[in-house]
Amino acid sequence: MAGLELLSDQGYRVDGRRAGELRKIQARMGVFAQADGSAYIEQGNTKALAVVYGPHEIRGSRARALPDRALVNCQYSSATFSTGERKRRPHGDRKSCEMGLQLRQTFEAAILTQLHPRSQIDIYVQVLQADGGTYAACVNAATLAVLDAGIPMRDFVCACSAGFVDGTALADLSHVEEAAGGPQLALALLPASGQIALLEMDARLHEDHLEQVLEAAAQAAQDVHILLDRVVRQHVREASILLGD
Amino acid sequence: MASVALSEAEKVYIMHGVQEDLRVDGRGCEDYRCVEVETDVVSNTSGSARVKLGHTDILVGVKAEMGMPKLEKPNEGYLEFFVDCSANATPEFEGRGGDDLGTEIANTLYRIFNNKSSVDLKTLCISAREHCWVLYVDVLLLECDGNLFDAISIAVKAALFNTRIPRVRVLEDEEGSKDIELSDDPYDCIRLSVENVPCIVTLCKIGYRHVVDATLQEEACSLASLLVSVTSKGVVTCLRKVGKGSLDPESIFEMMETSKRVGKVLHASLQSILHKEESLGPRRQKVGFLG
Repeated sequence: MAGLELLSDQGYRVDGRRAGELRKIQARMGVFAQADGSAYIEQGNTKALAVVYGPHEIRGSRARALPDRALVNCQYSSATFSTGERKRRPHGDRKSCEMGLQLRQTFEAAILTQLHPRSQIDIYVQVLQADGGTYAACVNAATLAVLDAGIPMRDFVCACSAGFVDGTALADLSHVEEAAGGPQLALALLPASGQIALLEMDARLHEDHLEQVLEAAAQAAQDVHILLDRVVRQHVREASILLGD
Repeated sequence: MASVALSEAEKVYIMHGVQEDLRVDGRGCEDYRCVEVETDVVSNTSGSARVKLGHTDILVGVKAEMGMPKLEKPNEGYLEFFVDCSANATPEFEGRGGDDLGTEIANTLYRIFNNKSSVDLKTLCISAREHCWVLYVDVLLLECDGNLFDAISIAVKAALFNTRIPRVRVLEDEEGSKDIELSDDPYDCIRLSVENVPCIVTLCKIGYRHVVDATLQEEACSLASLLVSVTSKGVVTCLRKVGKGSLDPESIFEMMETSKRVGKVLHASLQSILHKEESLGPRRQKVGFLG
């Protein structure tokens, strides 16, 4: 697209943000009453729902049960109307399966699975509107949902994406910035210790720049943590008022 | 279908209550639960709506795309339905588990719209035999607490009401080749008339009486149900019996009369809510799932 600069000379991005600025995040826990835990998050125009069932008995074959820890099962599904072009199948395609595996890897690092041997925890993520940063929104929503379900975790899992344009690292990419084809980094972080649960990068990036991009993503994930922490405290406060404490 | 396991005592309790026109949550046999409808929830669709009927949660998105008209109807566009039973509702819907229910609901939707008057398909035609609008109506089932068909049909009607299709012009130049030009104004669009779009009223037979808007527990007690698709004027467009029990013809006629009565009230309140929401204009505060 001729004339569409991802980063203007004054340092503004396409949607008017600064390089390290996140999009507006709004979240809510306890969206569905029937699930064990549920949460909804909006990061700019990206909207994701996460629902957690568990820990419960292993469904399907008993042979899959792990004797010393819980099995974490994730499914990523994005609605057919979520993207600009209509998607034909909401889940079951390669990208959704890969996302499911990545989410599983992320949450196996954070959930204290040793506390629930021989059981299964299901995390289902649904993307309602995709405008870039879908993996990050899914991880953030799933963290809130797991907390809503009362499943013990080592720490929050906060995720953010980052890119690199004109020598500057950009945090929280939107769809326009992702589609431009530059390098994209997806990072999931456990904020208290700074440990990385998942790191994935696409496209070519010179190794000298890696540290800068990683730094930008980690800082953005820490900012997300502050917001999610506030959402959780607000939810607990509301719940305790309703209980009359 | 997502179901709940009930003991015999609970079933007897529900049945005795229904005989006296008193249901477990205090409703009468012909009362709906509180319905929440909100349109324009997802922004990159042509129209969308979210309906919450008790704990049943449905999200519908309509996308308008250009395509070729069907051979037997060259002057009309068409609607395509797709229902996704998300694993959010119950873990049984994970992977391909929800496909059966999804196909059943999609086929029912095709059937209720399969008549000349529900939607004026001629407005969807751009140029005969070459271009037309295809409306992809995608239903996402998020939570299931009984009475799926009713909630889905209400959501589809609300989403079609909210659909805005861009106005296009066909320009023909000297060589005869046609060019499609999109109007410059993003707010210049055609709206569909949903006056005759039907809604489904499901009546479940429990004992000797029938109830409207059954919860999951009541559906577990009922052996047979009748799905009646009725328009705002009381015209029935589709009738279908579901369930493993049997119904006698007398009950079927009674249930149809009930559905016409209930359907008219449902349509009237839905129309008034949709018009009220529309009148709030673009400054309306959108709640979505955050409220």
